[in-house]
Amino acid sequence: MGLKHEVFEKNSLILTVGILVTVAIGGLVEISPLFYLESTVEKVQGVRPYSPLELKGRDIYIREGCYNCHSQMVRPLRDEVERYGHYSLAAESMYDHPFQWGSKRTGPDLARVGGRYSNEWHVAHLADPRSVVPESIMPGYPHLLEYRLKFDNIQDAMATHAAVGVPYSEAMIENARSDLIAQSNPAHDGAFDLEERYPKAVVADFDGNPETVTEMDALVAYLQMLGTLVDFSVYDAAENLR
Amino acid sequence: MAGTPEKDAISGVETTGHEWDGIKELNNPLPRWWAIIFYLTIVWAAIYAIFMPAVPLFGGFTQGVLDWSSRGALSASMQEAVAEQKPYLDKIQSLSPAQIAGDRELAGFVQAGGKSAFLVNCSPCHGQGAQGSPGYPNLNDDAWIWGGTPEDINHTITYGIRNAHEESRQNVMAAYGRDGLLSPAEIDAVTEYVLSLSGRSGDPEAVEKGKPLFENNCVSCHREGGAGDTELGAPNLTDAIWLYGGSKAKIIETLTYGRAGMMPAWEGRLSDDTIKLLTVYVHALGGGQ
Repeated sequence: MGLKHEVFEKNSLILTVGILVTVAIGGLVEISPLFYLESTVEKVQGVRPYSPLELKGRDIYIREGCYNCHSQMVRPLRDEVERYGHYSLAAESMYDHPFQWGSKRTGPDLARVGGRYSNEWHVAHLADPRSVVPESIMPGYPHLLEYRLKFDNIQDAMATHAAVGVPYSEAMIENARSDLIAQSNPAHDGAFDLEERYPKAVVADFDGNPETVTEMDALVAYLQMLGTLVDFSVYDAAENLR
Repeated sequence: MAGTPEKDAISGVETTGHEWDGIKELNNPLPRWWAIIFYLTIVWAAIYAIFMPAVPLFGGFTQGVLDWSSRGALSASMQEAVAEQKPYLDKIQSLSPAQIAGDRELAGFVQAGGKSAFLVNCSPCHGQGAQGSPGYPNLNDDAWIWGGTPEDINHTITYGIRNAHEESRQNVMAAYGRDGLLSPAEIDAVTEYVLSLSGRSGDPEAVEKGKPLFENNCVSCHREGGAGDTELGAPNLTDAIWLYGGSKAKIIETLTYGRAGMMPAWEGRLSDDTIKLLTVYVHALGGGQ
């Protein structure tokens, strides 16, 4: 043992240099490869940015603190896959700012809740969970049915997402208001364009009130698309083992 | 500070040379057990890095000698489970519910596996005991809107009702009031007639008036005398089982606004085996035909 630890302990400058070298090695080894990795997000087909109504619904999801009790991350474990469906892929939350993976499951995981239940069920369940699931401990959110959705800032919100890398096109931002209204009213003229821009978007009068876009419309539209975008028939699981 | 190490007179251990108000610190070495565990963890890390995915590289990471991955491990455990269940599932696929019920072991498998799948996928709407709630049918009784044979149940679970799937069961209960097909007075008369089908009308005059209206508007689906038709998904109106409630007010509501409950298609979401398991389970709940 030529080099005694005492040298570091008794000389603050050497200690500082030593710490710097050690931390630098850790940082370089762990962080620098990430800049050259192309495969942290696997390539899948079908993932698209949120439609304007879904984006607003996501805001309400965050505002109401849904993430405090619900995760959005099916882990690659047998019990989870059998209960919720295919494990979550990184690509499925690549347009999430911030992501909603969560770490607390007082309620079930919601990563694949889209399409599992009818719109009517979601509305009834959000307004009064115990009306459909008597043993539920979820609080009710009946006010969502009454609150008119505020979407004055939808174009700004989309532009902000575009600035951090979400591929919203100019047409998407330009038609955001019409798309938003069209998704909550199947009779609206813009429904076709909406589906062109946002494939698999669920167009429906979610809350049974076609005249008004309520916060309930937005939240249910968001829930109904969760986990439905990836086309798993062309997803090669063996290619993406990790 | 530094200098010749000084030994503590009482314990015989070197001191660090620091002194505070006459109190000196002993320079004891780390406990041997602690030091050994510490070095073992370093050795363990090196071995782990050889066998398991560990070191990030440019454009990937070291895969490790064992070639382990969490997704691969999942796939292996899923295949193991499928292999264990396969003998049962194959039999269930090929046998009729009656034959399954006759085989104790198989019936037990269906009860356990079917119930588990039912609780996860079906109970949010149909209830934990399949008892249903307004708008979501009770699956224990022997009234079946779309048919209660194993084939019917299998079709309903696979393709669902009034959803976007091409094979989905479809029908329309029109909104006679909202869309102006019947006036409120006519709706009231039809309601009285419908109530009379289960012997509950107290207004013979309105029943008389409602009968021709029922025949013109309702019989094409609900059939003569309101007996219903499972081919069309038209409920029987003569029994005491009501999906949306059988009170006069509820029937008026149904006639005025229509009804269009939706059940999702489970094809693709659940495996064929799980759907068959659920079919046999639901069929065995009490009312299977």
